[in-house]
Amino acid sequence: MGSREGWLAGELRRRGISRRELLFFCAGVAGTFGLPASAASQIATALTRAKKPILVWLEFQDCAGNTESFLRSSAPSVGEVVLDLLSVDYHETIMAAAGLQAEEALNGVVKNAPGQFIAIVEGSIPTGADGAYCTIGGRSALDIAREVCGKAAATIAVGTCATYGGLPAAAPNPTGALGVADAVPGVKNLINLSACPANAANIAALLVYHLTYKRWPPLDGFRRPLFAYGKTIHDNCERRAHFDAGQYVESWGDDAHRSGACLYKMGCKGPVTYQNCPTVRWNDGTNWPIGCGHPCIGCAEPDFWDRMTPFYKHLPDVPGFQAASSVDTVGAWLTVGAAAAFAGHGVLKGIQNSRGKPEESAGPPGDRGPTGSAGGQP
Amino acid sequence: MSHVVVDPVTRIEGHLRIEAEVDGGQVQDAWSSSTMFRGIELILKGRDPRDAWAFTQRICGVCTTVHAIASVRSVENAIGAKPPPNARVLRNLIMASQCIQDHVIHFYHLHALDWVDVVSALKADPEKTSALAQSISDWPLSSTKYFAGVKGRLKDFVDRGQLGPFANAYWGHPAYKLPPEANLLAVAHYLEALDWQRDFIRMHAILGGKNPHLQSFLVGGMATPVDPDRQASINMGSVARMKELTARAREFVTKVYLPDVLAVASFYKDWAGVGGGVGNYMVYGEYPETDDDKPPLFLPSGVIRNKNLGKVEPLDPAKITESVKHSWYEDGATPLHPRDGETRPRYTGPKPPYERLETAAKYSWLKSPRYDGEPMEVGPLSRMLVAYGSGHKRVQELVGTALKSLGVGPEALFSTLGRIAARCVETVLLAEKIDSWVDALAANMDKGDLRIHDTGKWDPSAWPKEAYGAGFHEAPRGALGHWVHIKNGVIANYQCIVPSTWNAGPRDGSEKRGPYEAALLKTPVADPKQPLEILRTVHSFDPCMACGVHVVDVQRRELARVRTA
Repeated sequence: MGSREGWLAGELRRRGISRRELLFFCAGVAGTFGLPASAASQIATALTRAKKPILVWLEFQDCAGNTESFLRSSAPSVGEVVLDLLSVDYHETIMAAAGLQAEEALNGVVKNAPGQFIAIVEGSIPTGADGAYCTIGGRSALDIAREVCGKAAATIAVGTCATYGGLPAAAPNPTGALGVADAVPGVKNLINLSACPANAANIAALLVYHLTYKRWPPLDGFRRPLFAYGKTIHDNCERRAHFDAGQYVESWGDDAHRSGACLYKMGCKGPVTYQNCPTVRWNDGTNWPIGCGHPCIGCAEPDFWDRMTPFYKHLPDVPGFQAASSVDTVGAWLTVGAAAAFAGHGVLKGIQNSRGKPEESAGPPGDRGPTGSAGGQP
Repeated sequence: MSHVVVDPVTRIEGHLRIEAEVDGGQVQDAWSSSTMFRGIELILKGRDPRDAWAFTQRICGVCTTVHAIASVRSVENAIGAKPPPNARVLRNLIMASQCIQDHVIHFYHLHALDWVDVVSALKADPEKTSALAQSISDWPLSSTKYFAGVKGRLKDFVDRGQLGPFANAYWGHPAYKLPPEANLLAVAHYLEALDWQRDFIRMHAILGGKNPHLQSFLVGGMATPVDPDRQASINMGSVARMKELTARAREFVTKVYLPDVLAVASFYKDWAGVGGGVGNYMVYGEYPETDDDKPPLFLPSGVIRNKNLGKVEPLDPAKITESVKHSWYEDGATPLHPRDGETRPRYTGPKPPYERLETAAKYSWLKSPRYDGEPMEVGPLSRMLVAYGSGHKRVQELVGTALKSLGVGPEALFSTLGRIAARCVETVLLAEKIDSWVDALAANMDKGDLRIHDTGKWDPSAWPKEAYGAGFHEAPRGALGHWVHIKNGVIANYQCIVPSTWNAGPRDGSEKRGPYEAALLKTPVADPKQPLEILRTVHSFDPCMACGVHVVDVQRRELARVRTA
């Protein structure tokens, strides 16, 4: 293969995939990013010249939910990612080698390709008990993360545990769990893909973005890609009209629930959660939590296990949110109509900004530390 | 004598370390250690019990539904909530689809590479592979051209020199016995199963909004409205989509998974004599068929001791105890009542980085659960054995057919190979059964019953001031129990005993080995530097370590067996 035509071009030709079909696929990718259709051609060209970058996927205090989510990827499929697009040199859940041979694979990447590989981290990193709350091959998670993420060209913290500490870091944080940003400060090109788990569509889109543009996407204040975290659930919710019209589910299975009314009173955290669930949905666009009748639990936001609970209390009563409304005045508040509702959003937006103002600037992130709080105890 | 350490054990969920003494080409002794701890039960204290399912669900993302089910059942048991029939059926559908998908992923993506030599597949003749495929199944993807394409893709992958997850493995190991054509067939189905699992689990998106970590559970029912005449509810469109997915699941499971298991097993019959383990099997039972307090279960509960299929004992949860002698928790000086007890994590192992664990002392974050003082194996093999021994007709037929095709007797079930076969049999059984619950849902809606929730018990003001509850579930990996103590509307104590704790736990107070440790005894090891055979037996249990590690107290449990849908 010549230098101008990468292995992928040959691969596509071999499989009988025309450029026209590739463009169709890339148009879908462009749609995920909210890019114009004209970007499809650029993506297609970049993909066919791509080399196979090395990826190592580390699992610490995790549930493998993000790995499972990644297995649900369809564009590209996980088979394509593993066989064709990337060289996944270490991933405990899927790799054939074990024990010593697995450790050798990871050490080989760190030693032979420093600064040239992508690290994905799943799960939080415990700092208590000298690291004994999570060891792999006898080494602590913190030790491994420092070495591997320290040598990576970029680190993707996938899921809310790796991003902000997540469930293990929920009060009282028995193991001193932290997200990558706090456990290993100063990691190069850290991208946070929060949510519990991160949506396969967003993991795939981030990887394709990087393979295409050879850079990382613009991020918000929590180092999350704007293409997936630029708007709240509420902004794009299919039930938004019911919120504006004051049509609420009052009881599980009532007429309003069956009719798809707004879940705000049942505890929905959509108004304060930045994530693209309503547009990309889940499992190849099949459905999403609000679509199946359950409120958003805010899983993409920092410390959601403490800040968004109790899950079934509606927002103004959530501790830490000093909104003017309370559960008893919601009815009155709503009778004022849409104007009051938007005033409510103003309050919620203010809270969001106080936690970390989303950055709208374009361009790849520099080697700066995280700007959002992450992983600490409440 | 060589001391073999396998850490990380890969192709599992979570963090597992096996240490083994190997001598004379066999494992002489073994120690199973879980090396990760989070403390989720401690995090649950003081929280709203209606939130608990979402917390416990995150114990594991592979078995993403199981801790949610056990959690809502335990809280419902405590507060006296009764989920309506639709909720029971929706849960049965969620549990069965989880089990079907999880078992297929286990065989192809977590276990197959212990038996299938990927590199050998490069030597396969596509024409002979096609003949082999067509001799065992009428699955349509079986032409010479198809297998030539798979082989070509594999060859290009290898020629590129970046082997990724297949690098540095045990290819060419003498314990691999399949001919190249069977290896190529398995590689093709490894890739097909990757796509199939993604498509099938849209069942969970229909029923729970997303997978992993479905979001439709509620204490007292389900959050998924059902109404044949509304577009925002589970309606006949949803029913049609589910039936399409279950039909394709049946086809894949009976035409790909089952024939593959039987074909692979036929080359490894010696493994029907390896990995037997403790020989005791425990099952809580699953899939309630009615809404009674003690409903008939599609898969029965029971206990089998010493491989005696002729005697299935009734299960009594009061006989469950746990030992921490070899676990990194403080030893209880004064045994507390389980409802009030608390065990504190206390790491006393070597400071990381370390080479060896102190296996004579404490060596795992797992505890050692025991039933009537005995270690118990839990999981698909236990379920199929208890069902077989209890006279479950369809299980007897399916098990009998599998044994006959391999030309072995029932004693072959108590083995590494038996676990693999039982998991497959269960998958076929559930794939056959699952449509009956789709039909039940449709029929119930047709009667005008649209209830999904026991709304009268939603508000904590309707709860007793103090309450205890237990919730049981047969997860894909085995018997799962959650215990909750609620006081003044919040969680006072929460405990889980999880399948992988039963199977992967360390030795107990009387030095009896746990099921993994016992199953590894006498496992052949051709090359201690390449412990492929150890992986075979450990993987046959389908380890799920994140599930296994919990702060549970307990010297003795006296908890009522109550089941709710």
